[in-house]
Amino acid sequence: MTDVSLGMPQLPAPDYPADVRARLEADAKEIIARYPGSRSALLPLLHLVQSQEGHVTRTGMQFCADMLDLTTAEVTAVATFYTMYRRKPSGEYQVGVCTNTLCAVMGGDAIFEELKEHLGVGNNETTEDGRITLEHIECNAACDFAPVVMVNWEFFDNQTPESAKKLVDDLRAGGQVSPTRGAPLCTYKETARILAGFPDERPGVVEASGGAGPASLIGLRLAKGETAPARVVHPRGEAPQDRPQPGSEHLSSHDAPQKTSASDPENPAGPVAEEGE
Amino acid sequence: MTLSTEYGGGSRPQVGGDGSPEKLLAPVLTAFWDEPESWTLATYRRHDGYEGLRKALAMSPDDLIAYVKDSGLRGRGGAGFPTGMKWQFIPQGDGKPHYLVVNADESEPGTCKDIPLLFANPHSLIEGIVIACYAIRSSHAFIYLRGEVVPVLRRLHEAVREAYEAGYLGKDILGSGLDLELTVHAGAGAYICGEETALLDSLEGRRGQPRLRPPFPAVAGLYACPTVVNNVESIASVPAILNKGKDWFRSMGSEKSPGFTLYSLSGHVASPGQYEAPLGITLRQLLDMSGGMRPGHRLKFWTPGGSSTPMFTDEHLDVPLDYEGVGAAGSMLGTKALQCFDETTCVVRAVTRWTEFYAHESCGKCTPCREGTYWLVQLLRDIEAGKGVMSDLDKLNDIADNINGKSFCALGDGAASPIFSSLKYFRDEYEQHITGKGCPFDPARSTAWADRHTTEVSA
Repeated sequence: MTDVSLGMPQLPAPDYPADVRARLEADAKEIIARYPGSRSALLPLLHLVQSQEGHVTRTGMQFCADMLDLTTAEVTAVATFYTMYRRKPSGEYQVGVCTNTLCAVMGGDAIFEELKEHLGVGNNETTEDGRITLEHIECNAACDFAPVVMVNWEFFDNQTPESAKKLVDDLRAGGQVSPTRGAPLCTYKETARILAGFPDERPGVVEASGGAGPASLIGLRLAKGETAPARVVHPRGEAPQDRPQPGSEHLSSHDAPQKTSASDPENPAGPVAEEGE
Repeated sequence: MTLSTEYGGGSRPQVGGDGSPEKLLAPVLTAFWDEPESWTLATYRRHDGYEGLRKALAMSPDDLIAYVKDSGLRGRGGAGFPTGMKWQFIPQGDGKPHYLVVNADESEPGTCKDIPLLFANPHSLIEGIVIACYAIRSSHAFIYLRGEVVPVLRRLHEAVREAYEAGYLGKDILGSGLDLELTVHAGAGAYICGEETALLDSLEGRRGQPRLRPPFPAVAGLYACPTVVNNVESIASVPAILNKGKDWFRSMGSEKSPGFTLYSLSGHVASPGQYEAPLGITLRQLLDMSGGMRPGHRLKFWTPGGSSTPMFTDEHLDVPLDYEGVGAAGSMLGTKALQCFDETTCVVRAVTRWTEFYAHESCGKCTPCREGTYWLVQLLRDIEAGKGVMSDLDKLNDIADNINGKSFCALGDGAASPIFSSLKYFRDEYEQHITGKGCPFDPARSTAWADRHTTEVSA
């Protein structure tokens, strides 16, 4: 193959090796059978080809087109619309830091910056050892566990820059890593297969990490008259039993001087002192 | 300092009687999430699981639709459309297949109720699906789950398997003659697919772009057949209504907003999490019972239902969080995602980030949204970086006005909401960025760990 472009159309993508194709075809037929209309299988099929190669290749898209009697243009249009389809070779672990507003404010921005520096990669780039692809992600429906980091779409809740750096170090060291909510991590390819609709058959994965996360249970515990558990990052004194009266002492550990603190409505919030990391 | 000044200065109406959490909260869907294996069929059955289905199957489908309509259940996905009415719109005897599609694409920034619900109690959704399909005479239902939540997908796969094995799905369910197939479908990352017609296009294997309406999905939805699209929480609420009765359901909330719902508290609060309560509870009540804002800080702004609902301030602590109450105060109940930000948070930064999200997620189909969100981002980034000019503020307002109501779907309206509302309540702060040529806030103070060292010292 030459890199010289002569304005010629791209050659058709090479096919999968026969054994791979046979295996994928069997899976594809099972996926297609779930739907009244075959084209509905396209999104799961793209997950399936990602489970083969770790990203959506031209070969994968040709395969989807063949299976569904679509053109490669139709498949490409779909594959490029959705953010979960990776379009270049990427890492075994997809590390996504939520930087939508709430997580960003709660520390997601700081985590993302530190991970970029720590790993020496930018957004949507992969470490040289091929282990980690770092990206920033949008809201992942876990705002009560902010800041959130997702690895292969499993939840790592209530992260800090330190915990996130340890997380990626552990991933690169190759040991088994388990999320806060979800099952012990498998590779990105294995995750893609679950997304294609094939249940994760590893023993113990459904019950892994237990029931609802702590934040999910807070209202229930209060309703049952149990004291809400202190949150991970900000252990707080006991919940107020009665509504405090004006002027009553608020037992907080706030460090700013009370009279000039930003908590005073007369003093618009602004940087008072360097804090935190 | 008192808790009331901690939240802000809004006047507090006299909350008569007992303000204790036991009285104010109403765990129904969340009632047994603290059990060790809450997601299993066995646990669900121990808590009246699939009893609502038995009662539903004893009714005629039309009576069932009327019953759900009478209960007053309204959609929990944002728009608040009456669920029973949606079901009633499905033409009957038309000879076409009917479909139920559950919208589990929860992606609205701040929204985090359906994902924990499906993680802890997926059978409540499956039971609701069987009931709904019996009502609308559907024999194939789909759960469109966003792809980025594999732990939830795993439990849904398992719950569906259990339900088939136990005869709650498949052929002749519980001897009723109802046949039902349920397909769990994982999306691939696109906020727009939470919009119901974009979701249908996506489920048909296309780019997720909204459709022109009419025809509405009830007439021409999935594969151009009559289709009901409901939010997870709406459908999951149905079994309890059937089992405990519509009067029980109506005993909670208000006349027009009856029942219980999940409120998701997040951000700079002492105890972020899920709070299931009758509709109409206030943020003040929720904060009072849960420890308020994080120690030593006060509420600055919050969203009642995700980033697409106009933001509120501490003036709105006593707004009843139901469809009418929030609407009357100038916002929308949305998904009841109560994202609370304290005084350390820069509102320009928050709105810029949300706007970047809308620009990223705009599907590109219609011009006002595609181009408008792009230009909003350019202006906001300049303002945040101290490179803005005063006329930019009117320009922001103007562009938002050209998106709002002029776009193909609600994503555009959602993008305009934070712009309008932040300019309304915090125009000063925008001006400060312009006159001061930069952001006056230190983002380090907003982080979850900003106050930690002092906590540790005092502990």
